[in-house]
Amino acid sequence: MSTAIINAENLTRRFGDTIAVNSLDLEVRSGEVFGFLGHNGAGKTTTVRLFNGVLEPHEGSMRVLGLDPISDGPALRARSGVLTESASLDNRLTARDNLLIYADLFGVSRDKVTSRVAELLELFELSQHADARVATYSTGMRQRLALARTLLHDPEILFLDEPTAGLDPVAARQVDELIASLSQEKGRTVFLCTHNLVEAQKLCDRVAVLEHGRLVAQGTPVELARQYVRRLDLQIETAPEHLDLALNILSDASSLIRGLPRRTNGSLTLTITGRESIPDLLTLLVNQGVRVYRLAANEPSLEDVYFALHGEKEKDQ
Amino acid sequence: MNWRAVFAIVRKDLKVVLQNKGVIIPIIAVPLILFGLLPWLSVFVPSMVNIGGADMEELTAMIANMPAGLRDELAPYSIEQQTIVFFLVYMLAPMFLIIPLMVASVIAADSFAGERERRTLEALLYTPTTDRELFIAKLLSAWLPAIVVALAGFILYAVMANAAAWPVMGQIFFPNLMWVVMTLWVVPAAAGLGLSSMVLVSARAQGFQDAYQTGGMIVLPVLLLVFGQISGVMYFSVWVVLLLGLVLWGIDAVLIWFGSRTFRRGRLIARL
Repeated sequence: MSTAIINAENLTRRFGDTIAVNSLDLEVRSGEVFGFLGHNGAGKTTTVRLFNGVLEPHEGSMRVLGLDPISDGPALRARSGVLTESASLDNRLTARDNLLIYADLFGVSRDKVTSRVAELLELFELSQHADARVATYSTGMRQRLALARTLLHDPEILFLDEPTAGLDPVAARQVDELIASLSQEKGRTVFLCTHNLVEAQKLCDRVAVLEHGRLVAQGTPVELARQYVRRLDLQIETAPEHLDLALNILSDASSLIRGLPRRTNGSLTLTITGRESIPDLLTLLVNQGVRVYRLAANEPSLEDVYFALHGEKEKDQ
Repeated sequence: MNWRAVFAIVRKDLKVVLQNKGVIIPIIAVPLILFGLLPWLSVFVPSMVNIGGADMEELTAMIANMPAGLRDELAPYSIEQQTIVFFLVYMLAPMFLIIPLMVASVIAADSFAGERERRTLEALLYTPTTDRELFIAKLLSAWLPAIVVALAGFILYAVMANAAAWPVMGQIFFPNLMWVVMTLWVVPAAAGLGLSSMVLVSARAQGFQDAYQTGGMIVLPVLLLVFGQISGVMYFSVWVVLLLGLVLWGIDAVLIWFGSRTFRRGRLIARL
C-alpha cells in the first residue's frame, strides 16, 4: 500500500468568525491523483495554503512529504508545486523571464536553468511566444505558462487549483493527459482542486468533498457512488418478441424499481434503487420466460455523487 | 540567507518597475529638473539682481543673517560668488534628499502594494523563500535603485552646477565635504526612510496609487529642512548632516522593525 504523503488530523483554520477549514481529517497517498471537490468558498484554497505552510492552522496537526508545513515551510515548498486559481504571472514580463526568475527562486541548478525553461516552453507550446510579454497572452496561454512554472523544479507533489479553467477542449485534454502521466509515469502526487466533476472522475484515484470547510465524503469515485447515490440506471435488451412481456413484468415490480420502465430503441430503460436489486430483477424476468440478451448498468458519476451529497445536506438543513 | 532567491526577486521587481511609466517618469523627470535645470536657474539670480537693478543688499543681508559657520564658509568668495555657493551648495542640499525618498517610496509602493494589486504575490508566497528573504528582497528592490538614481543625480548636479556657475566662479567649487557626507551617509538613510514608511503604508493600502499618494507625504519633512535653512535657523554643515543621517538611520531601524512584523506570509495571503 502507498505511503501517506499528506496526513492531516483535526485541521482547523478560522478567519474571524468564519471557519474556513473545520476539523479536517485527510490522507493523500503517494503517487495518486487526489481530487478535492467543493463549491467556491468551501475551504479548498485555504487547505492548500495550510498544506504549504503559507497559513498556520488554529487547531490540528499535519505532515506533508514527512515535513511539518509550519516549521519546515521553505523545505516543503522546495518540493511542492502550486498552481493558484489566478495564474499569478507578471504580465509586464515575458514568459521566459517569468520562468527564469522562478527557476532561481526554486533553486533549479544554475547550469540547467536555460535548458529546463526551454524544455517547458516547448512542452506547453509556448516557445514561439517565449519573448512576448505575458500581457499579450490569451487565457489559455497564461494557464499553460503558469503550469510550466509549477513544474520548473520537478516537484514531488503538485497542488493544482482548477488547472483547466479557461482552456479550450484540446488544451484541457493535453493538461489532463499531463496530469495523468505525472502520476502514472513519474509517480508524482497530484492534489487537484476542481469544480470540473467530469475531469475529476476521469483523473482522480480518490476524491474528497468539502462543504463549508468540513469534509463530507472521501473515497474512490466508485466507493462514493455506491455509498451516496441510491439509484442506478439500467438498460435491458430482450428478444424483440419479449419486450412487451418484460415491460409488463417490470411495471409491476415496484419494490425493485423506481418509477416506470421506458421503452427506448428496442430495449428497456429503468431506474433501480441499487445494484443489489439486479439479481432479483434478472431472476424475475428469466423465471417468467423473458429471454434477456443484455443488461447494462450505468454507474453513477461523480457528478451524481456530488449532487446527492449536496441534496442530502440541503435536506438536513 | 538564500541570496540567489533574494536577487531573483530584486531582478523581477526592477524589470517590472521599468515597464511602469507611472513609476519611471517621476524617477527620471524629478532628478532632471532638480539637478539638470535648477543649477542654471540659480546662477541667473545674481545676474537678474544686477540687470533688474534690484537691491543686492537684500541678498547679502540674508546671508548676513545666516549662522556664523555658514558665513565663515562663504567668506572666501566674492559677493556674487557667495550667492551662487549659498544657493547651489546649501539651499538646494535638502532638496537633494527628495530624490532617494521619492525613488524608494515609489518603487516600494509598486513592489509591495502593486504586487498585491496585480495578484502576483501569491505565487511568490508559494516559493521556498522565507518571510525574511522575501522582505529583504523587497527592501533591496527599492533601496538599491534609489541610491543609484541619487548617485547619478549627484554626478549630474556636480557637472551642471560647476558648468553653470563657471563664468562667475572660475573654479570647481562643488562638491564640498558636506555634500560628500550627505551622499554617502544621508542618502542611503533617506532611501531607507522612503521605503520603510512605504512598507507600513502598503500594508493597509488598496493598491499602488493609494500607497503612493499616502506615502508621498514623507517628503514633507524635507521641506522643513529647506525652510529651516532659508530662515537661518540652521544650515547643512558637515556635523548637521552627520546628525541628520544618524537620526534617519534610527527612524529607518524602527520602521523596518515594525514593517518586518507585518510582513508575514499568513497576513499577506489573508489580504489577497
